[in-house]
Amino acid sequence: MTQSFRLENVGLINRNKKLSFKFNGKVYYGYEGDTLASALIANGVHLVGRSFKYHRPRGFFGAGVDEPYAIVQLYRNGETEPNIKATEQELFEGLEATSVNCWPSVNFDIGAINNFLKIFLPAGFYYKTFMWPKSFWFKVYEPFIRKAAGLGVASTKHDKERYEHKYEYCDLLITGSGPSGLASAYAAAKNGARVILAEDKSRFGGTLLTSEVNIGNQSGKEWAESIISELKEMPNVTVKNRSQVFGYYDHNMLVMSERISDHLPKTKKFHPKQRLWYIRAKEVLISSGSIERPIVFGNNDTPGVMLSSAAKEYLKVYGVLVGKNPLIFTNNDSGYETAIEFYKNGINPIILDTRKDPKSEIVDEAKNLGINIKFSYVVVAAQGYKKVKSADIAKISEDKEQLGTIENIKCDCICVSGFWTPTIHLASQSGNKTKFKEDIDAFVPGTSKQNETTLGAANGNYTLEETLKNSFEAGHKLSKEITKNDNKVSFPNVIEKKSTVHDKFWCVPLPKGKNYKRFLDFQNDVAVSDIEIALKEGYRSIEHVKRYTTLGMATDQGKTSNLNGLQLVSKIENKVVPAVGHTTFRPPYTPVSIGAIVGREVGKHSKPTRKSPMHSWHEKNNAVFVDAGVWLRPRYYKQGNESLFEGSKREAKNVRTNVGVCDVTTLGKIDIKGPDAAELLNRVYTNAWLKLPVGKARYGVMLREDGIVMDDGTTTRISENHYHMTTTTAQAANVLSHLEYYLQLVWPELNVNVVSTTEQWAGAAIAGPKSRELLQKLFPKSDVSNEGLPFMGYMEGDLFGVKARIFRISFSGELAYEVNVESDNGYFMWEKIMEIGQEFKIQPYGTEALSTLRIEMGHVAGSELDGRTIPYDNSLEGLLSKKKDFIGKRSLNRKAFTAEDRQKIVGVVPLDKKTSIPEGSHLVKDSNAPLPNPKLGYISASCWSVEYDNPFSLAIVKDGKNMIGKKLFVMSPLKNKVIPVEIVSSHYVDPKGERVRS
Amino acid sequence: MLYIKCPHCGWRSQNEFSYGGDATVKRPKLGKEVTDQEWDDFVYNRKSLRGKHWELWQHLSGCRQWIKVERDTATHEIFKTLKASEEIS
Repeated sequence: MTQSFRLENVGLINRNKKLSFKFNGKVYYGYEGDTLASALIANGVHLVGRSFKYHRPRGFFGAGVDEPYAIVQLYRNGETEPNIKATEQELFEGLEATSVNCWPSVNFDIGAINNFLKIFLPAGFYYKTFMWPKSFWFKVYEPFIRKAAGLGVASTKHDKERYEHKYEYCDLLITGSGPSGLASAYAAAKNGARVILAEDKSRFGGTLLTSEVNIGNQSGKEWAESIISELKEMPNVTVKNRSQVFGYYDHNMLVMSERISDHLPKTKKFHPKQRLWYIRAKEVLISSGSIERPIVFGNNDTPGVMLSSAAKEYLKVYGVLVGKNPLIFTNNDSGYETAIEFYKNGINPIILDTRKDPKSEIVDEAKNLGINIKFSYVVVAAQGYKKVKSADIAKISEDKEQLGTIENIKCDCICVSGFWTPTIHLASQSGNKTKFKEDIDAFVPGTSKQNETTLGAANGNYTLEETLKNSFEAGHKLSKEITKNDNKVSFPNVIEKKSTVHDKFWCVPLPKGKNYKRFLDFQNDVAVSDIEIALKEGYRSIEHVKRYTTLGMATDQGKTSNLNGLQLVSKIENKVVPAVGHTTFRPPYTPVSIGAIVGREVGKHSKPTRKSPMHSWHEKNNAVFVDAGVWLRPRYYKQGNESLFEGSKREAKNVRTNVGVCDVTTLGKIDIKGPDAAELLNRVYTNAWLKLPVGKARYGVMLREDGIVMDDGTTTRISENHYHMTTTTAQAANVLSHLEYYLQLVWPELNVNVVSTTEQWAGAAIAGPKSRELLQKLFPKSDVSNEGLPFMGYMEGDLFGVKARIFRISFSGELAYEVNVESDNGYFMWEKIMEIGQEFKIQPYGTEALSTLRIEMGHVAGSELDGRTIPYDNSLEGLLSKKKDFIGKRSLNRKAFTAEDRQKIVGVVPLDKKTSIPEGSHLVKDSNAPLPNPKLGYISASCWSVEYDNPFSLAIVKDGKNMIGKKLFVMSPLKNKVIPVEIVSSHYVDPKGERVRS
Repeated sequence: MLYIKCPHCGWRSQNEFSYGGDATVKRPKLGKEVTDQEWDDFVYNRKSLRGKHWELWQHLSGCRQWIKVERDTATHEIFKTLKASEEIS
């Protein structure tokens, strides 16, 4: 294909670099610096998709972020991405894209039948149609809607690209590099402020790239280039292109997405694809410009109908003609600028101006050039299906109600200009209450709520001289307040053509007997008739009209449609536009990829992984790991083809018969020091702590103020004013905050300091009948006999030159010890234990065996202390001191907590002694009772008892204390199981606790 | 994301802090007899104000100090921050 719509010697593209690309399987050529849109138009391709609802042919409407139509599926480097605007996607060698919303092809689309059925697809169609019968929803309606909806297909593959997040602080953030952005950035930067200038497009300069103006004896484009190159050299300025500030959040935090690699065939090594910036700015200058708005007329969605400013941009930036026989339809002077550009490049346009007799420099220029101008004329309807072929035009009466005789004139594109809509999204997101500006027929920012200032066209100011002046001043003034500098830059001389007022005309009436679709929202196929229906049906609030008709929804968020929609509602309702109001602007301004939002927090990076100092030993010894909070812990050490069940059973059994060692480094540890440490413990724990001697450990339970158990663990008195507290792995962080809360806010008079030492200590639990013999060999100089180191005793020891803390505490219910050494010595300790333990048949055990051991002993853990249980429920009521007050005590006398039939922990054994009981199952009296079957309790933890070689579970059951010996049923609808069981004591093994004291 | 001035560390982003509820609630003294109503007011009953509100935040990923923050719950405007030891005026 030749680029038959490409001009020679016009545009900012690099003609030395020809690029090939594929669209819908066909190969085309473009140039470096093209967008996919400009390259396709250069090749005469205007049909790029099908519309959402009626599957009408769709072309290009804009040239940038406002594009409602040209959304494609992109293929790049083996990946695919939906929802890409062809007007924003820069061309690269080998780019591939396909149309969306069409099947089997964009040229022959079966869904287009909706276009002929459009009478059946009015506003609220989905709400009205898919309501009944109810049974149709899942089988018929949902699959239909899912197939019909959406703009492209998301990849189900893992995204190999890398995305990053960055946090940045600045004095001034300036969004947009048009005249106001450049002027304010320049003034602020010269005044010493830290400035970030963000431009959405690849080229800086905004409208300066396309407008015929002169600043300081340079063209607008040259001036922009000189300012940008100077800003880039300044150390206090960050200049970013391809960066869209899309959200304005609380306390002047804005979020920007930077597309670093999307314009390249492949992301460079060590580069991210996109980067999300969280920017905290002292001041924000919104210089986001304005978007041209369309005039509504019949079939105004036909490919070839587009914004006049877009036509000018394609011509001046890309050297591309959107048509060779253009019709310009305008209500203001902007359309003339486009017409003049066409004329200068040898194309004869026709201008239809809705105004009767406008007088301005630009109009005069067009007249003098001899351009064919028809005043008081309108386009009634575009003709042509897949591309504009001609236009029905007519004279319009002064009151804009009556159309004259309809004439048909040939044209291949219709460039529309309905004046300009300020881009107020960011200002509105910041909380700024917008106001309606009569003279421009649009909303502009009102009073600022955060530190934000809107400048230039975004503020409804459409003359260059005034824009530059205000922007230089704003940049200087705001930076002066921050930097206290007062360096002023001189204001350049500005030459621009003066324009005159626009005609407040936005919608062409229908000619008699014609029923053309006149679209307001091009992305969602919302026509004038749809809004009329919604209002007829009683929708009044603009927010409701929006949701009922989908006006202004979808990915373009109504950038081109909102104001015309408001005009229509206000006309029908006979209200003024500000009385109708506009819908809320919410971030993001334009779609942001999920990858950018997620950043590096994917897979294993979603949160940091913590490993114990012995981790590499576990890896070498075939440990199968499990996530335990942020930690990775060995679940079991696999031998041969062993399953989890077999392996954990072997390990648990070995603890009961010989000796095992378990890595308990992950337990939370808090170092507590100070003269009031005992008093703190006495208030935090439910039992008494004031008389714990030095060298002794005690088990304690702490409650929340509402009486619910928060955590449990042992605390050891290391010396007079020094305690070592352990918490469960999961609650470690919460317990520390809890202690800090009471020490800082409630009892600041207590002289105590707490600090987390979880990572400072490596811990090994040595458990089993042979643990003492092993310990003696590990610490030959210490007396670890039952008398020397009794149950709940503590001593310090020398582990072959390494200082160790030895605690005689037990979670497994066996004779057991916990040895702690400084983390750096953890690996050494572990190897020594394994080496010397050989003769006692030591085996390491993982969390699964650990659970088995504690469950059959009836020791409670996280699955019982689940934030819903009180001490009584866990048979911990013996630890509640009657003599003292403690956190949460007052709550324990609540009625529900003291009820006679209060739930309590019990043991559960299946009658057949074979069937495993799924955790989370319910306990019921009668398995055949009608639903909902009254639930008596739930299974909190299950294991295979290695002591008795049958399944055993813990359960929390209503009236648990009277349930022992009863026969109930365990029901698991999830696993479709009904198991007859007997309720037994939760202390299934060694109920008197003799082993730990042996 | 809020921007909170920690009285100890200076201006920091919200993601360094964790929220800790109403700062005006006073815990009854230990050992003191309190009625059910008083206890419920301490443990459960909160006003959930729209507007200015004194609340607790902990500078979790910073100095770990609990601080008092006067914030408008509707607009998120922060008027004042205090150390734990400072009384709300």
